[in-house]
Amino acid sequence: MKVLVAVKRVIDYNVKVRVKPDNTGVDLANVKMAMNPFCEIAVEEAVRLKEKGIANEIVVVSIGPKACQEQIRTALALGADRGIHIEADGDVQSLDAAKLLKAVVEKEEPKLVILGKQSIDSDNNQTGQMLAALTGMGQGTFASEVVVDGEKVNVTREVDGGLMTLSLNLPAVVTTDLRLNEPRYASLPNIMKAKKKPLDTMSPADLGVEIASRLTTLKVEAPAGRSAGVKVADVAELVDKLKNEAKVI
Amino acid sequence: MSILVIAEHDNSSLKQATLSVVAAAKAIGGDIDVLVAGENCGAVAEAAAKAEGVAKVLVADNAAYGHFLGENLGELVAEVGKGYSHILSSAGTTGKDFMPRVAALLDVAQVSDIIRVESEDTFVRPIYAGNAIATVKTSDSIKVVTVRPTGFDPVAAEGGSASVEQLDVVKDAGLSSFVGEQKAESDRPDLASAGIVISGGRGMQNGDNFKMLEQVADLLGAGIGASRAAVDAGFVPNDMQVGQTGKIVAPQLYIAVGISGAIQHLAGMSDSKVIVAINKDEEAPIFQVADYGLVADLFEAVPQLEEELKKVL
Repeated sequence: MKVLVAVKRVIDYNVKVRVKPDNTGVDLANVKMAMNPFCEIAVEEAVRLKEKGIANEIVVVSIGPKACQEQIRTALALGADRGIHIEADGDVQSLDAAKLLKAVVEKEEPKLVILGKQSIDSDNNQTGQMLAALTGMGQGTFASEVVVDGEKVNVTREVDGGLMTLSLNLPAVVTTDLRLNEPRYASLPNIMKAKKKPLDTMSPADLGVEIASRLTTLKVEAPAGRSAGVKVADVAELVDKLKNEAKVI
Repeated sequence: MSILVIAEHDNSSLKQATLSVVAAAKAIGGDIDVLVAGENCGAVAEAAAKAEGVAKVLVADNAAYGHFLGENLGELVAEVGKGYSHILSSAGTTGKDFMPRVAALLDVAQVSDIIRVESEDTFVRPIYAGNAIATVKTSDSIKVVTVRPTGFDPVAAEGGSASVEQLDVVKDAGLSSFVGEQKAESDRPDLASAGIVISGGRGMQNGDNFKMLEQVADLLGAGIGASRAAVDAGFVPNDMQVGQTGKIVAPQLYIAVGISGAIQHLAGMSDSKVIVAINKDEEAPIFQVADYGLVADLFEAVPQLEEELKKVL
């Protein structure tokens, strides 16, 4: 079966995020960018399905500026077969991303679409569910286990208070949580091979989607910092402070 | 304005998070209705009717909603919610699952995980794992919003007397079915609503050592959490994780034991009223946010803490 994986280019997980002094956003100039960690897990899951002989083709798609072809190449180096770049500068919000992905789903007709549960920049946690609703597919969100069984997929989800397993009709959308798998690193030969794999570029207009931002960010601020308190000498002093000063026990 | 709040519950009791979502609805202003969708969930509807500030409780009681499947809830809430100006739910795993479906079906944006209401169309929410705070304005006529419960003090659970109306709307998308679940059984308070939380990190060294924390937690009536490092190391189950990718907590007292204080973890607990850190590394970043820091070996300090607490409680 064909698997479609969506990946997003975001600020690298290890970079310390700084708010711009004019409060218009986060400083992205000369900052290391990388594939969103949850998307790496999505790529890895697709590659494992291919290694098990369940998937026969992995198509990776990314929406963003030209630079996000770098992340598509990374996914190709990890084992995806071909890439689709939907070139869009500026802010593409979740609903528009879902509409673009819906158009790709209609062209490619994958059996399974795997996305990260959220991106670590906007932290929205929306696109996979929106795509599932727009395409009329079932969804297995926050997946910690994915088992394809004929025309169904069983997805175990990380939910408040434990785990929940669902059975979904295929085609379906799965969004990944942290513990679904541990992504591999791309080997140098595979990075070289990835450069020769096909990568199509298209525009939102090619897909018949008009980008219409509904949300406007008025300002972005640094969080109110907490200041360090006092060091206590021993446990007795700690308990005394909690009881008599903070009055929380 | 009219606001529809989707209740979070387990078919038998109303989750406290719902009361925080009602508080967010009050901050927006307008009539507040609560939708209780579930199976055999009459007790939840009764509880919701008593919550402060609720005008009407709508009940959709059907097997299709028993396991809160996102496909079915999405269709139901989009149908019931289309006459409202705002649709609000908690940003728990259920709300996160079905609310974007509601937004997509109504062709509107969603504002996720708000911590403050600025006005009827402008909301404040953390981005970049809490390293930045964005103020976002939506231009849609129906505002679909998920609410971080710790951002809003819950309304009173008693005192209201809303009317209760049964809905006869059955939406079964037929796309998904429930197979099973593994619930962490515990007599301790739920992490998200506990007044006191004690969490262990990598410094605990193994899962057995969490028993030390349990003894302290039992004295304090506290919930028990863990850092991502402790969960990744397999000491304790996933659902105990406090942090950006786990539970967001804001108790009166948070005690971090053997936790270094990675940004990931701080994002999940830094709104706690009082933070205590116990760590043998005095350079650990957790001390930069702690109101009370104790530089000590946790294997000595935690048993001492238990003894001292027994004296004063």
